[in-house]
Amino acid sequence: MCATCGCSGDARITDTQRIDARTTDARTTDTAASTGDPSLAYPHAHSHSHGQEHPPSHGHGNPPSRTVMLEQKMLARNDEQAAKNRTWLAERDLLAVNLMSSPGSGKTTLLERTIRDLSARVQVSVVEGDQETTFAAERIRATGCPVVQINTGAGCHLDADMLARALRTLDPPPSSVVFVENVGNLVCPALFDLGESARVVVMSVTEGADKPLKYPHMFRTADLLLLNKTDLLPYVEFDVRRFREYLDKVNGRAQVIQVSVTRGDGMHDWYDWFLGLVA
Amino acid sequence: MHELSLTQAVVDTIAERFGDTHVIAVRLEIGKLSGVVVDSIRFCFDLVAEDTTLAGARLEIVEPCGRGRCRSCSQTFDVDDPIVLCPACGSANVEVLSGRELRILSVELSGEERPCAPRAAAPATPE
Repeated sequence: MCATCGCSGDARITDTQRIDARTTDARTTDTAASTGDPSLAYPHAHSHSHGQEHPPSHGHGNPPSRTVMLEQKMLARNDEQAAKNRTWLAERDLLAVNLMSSPGSGKTTLLERTIRDLSARVQVSVVEGDQETTFAAERIRATGCPVVQINTGAGCHLDADMLARALRTLDPPPSSVVFVENVGNLVCPALFDLGESARVVVMSVTEGADKPLKYPHMFRTADLLLLNKTDLLPYVEFDVRRFREYLDKVNGRAQVIQVSVTRGDGMHDWYDWFLGLVA
Repeated sequence: MHELSLTQAVVDTIAERFGDTHVIAVRLEIGKLSGVVVDSIRFCFDLVAEDTTLAGARLEIVEPCGRGRCRSCSQTFDVDDPIVLCPACGSANVEVLSGRELRILSVELSGEERPCAPRAAAPATPE
């Protein structure tokens, strides 16, 4: 979305694999453009008019009107694209995992370790979602993993259309795994189906055990809850049992796996979980 | 602020469907358990509708209350909170019957077609 006028659809997609890649449409940039020429850094298709062509007064008294019943989902367009994404992924035997969390829970660090630990077992590609910068994508790229960065600008979540464009840019190999790191936000991403195979919420013990009750929409949609930074449990007031009780109130079916990504605790349980989805 | 995206989706859907026909009113259904802030939708609507066939349209929003049915004790009850617990037995194993609706119910259209300011082309969506 555009911070100037509120229009949407200006998410930028950066292929960090192909530095020389040219811009394929007004909203797709390469790394060189996003970090080099500032005139190219914010390509924004501002084709719509901001003028005053629209007459302020309609000048008609009481014209006859008619009511048309629609009974249509507000998110119908997103859901249709999500269904297309799901088909596209299935045709290529791809597993897509949507990772959601608040900022700073450790999603990127989780991915870095997962990619390094499993490089011999499974091919992984990553779609990174952030409002700005390619920092996360550069970290993933340093592991040798194919990655595409979506910058949502003023947007607070990824949607199915953004993922569709990112997947075509990424072009992941058949029978591999695509991790989608959503924009760090415990509210908005919950509402948008991307066409993913599974939804994982990452939460760190520094965030407090009451998060499932504070952000019920996000936790309600999760297939798996990864509780991260458990190495910090001795130093913070986080009651794991109470956290599970709170989670059960909004989502009784989600599995919880405790991990410390930096120390490696619980990582094999996480690998077993998503590799089980591949099988 | 997912309400801005939602409002954009509503305006795009209606504007594309009815072409140049001026829209007088839009009626939405936003359930009280949907996680969408109605005041934010209202705030965004005028902004998003500007320079489209929906400019100046009246926005009506109905907000159905939540209803739930307990899978443990079969009790049905009103729900006004996104954390849905059975008031009879306390179970969280509840089927939400209503309250999560996010729908465009109807639109009221002007009887006369009237040219409007050109709209932005919809973003291209890869198939």
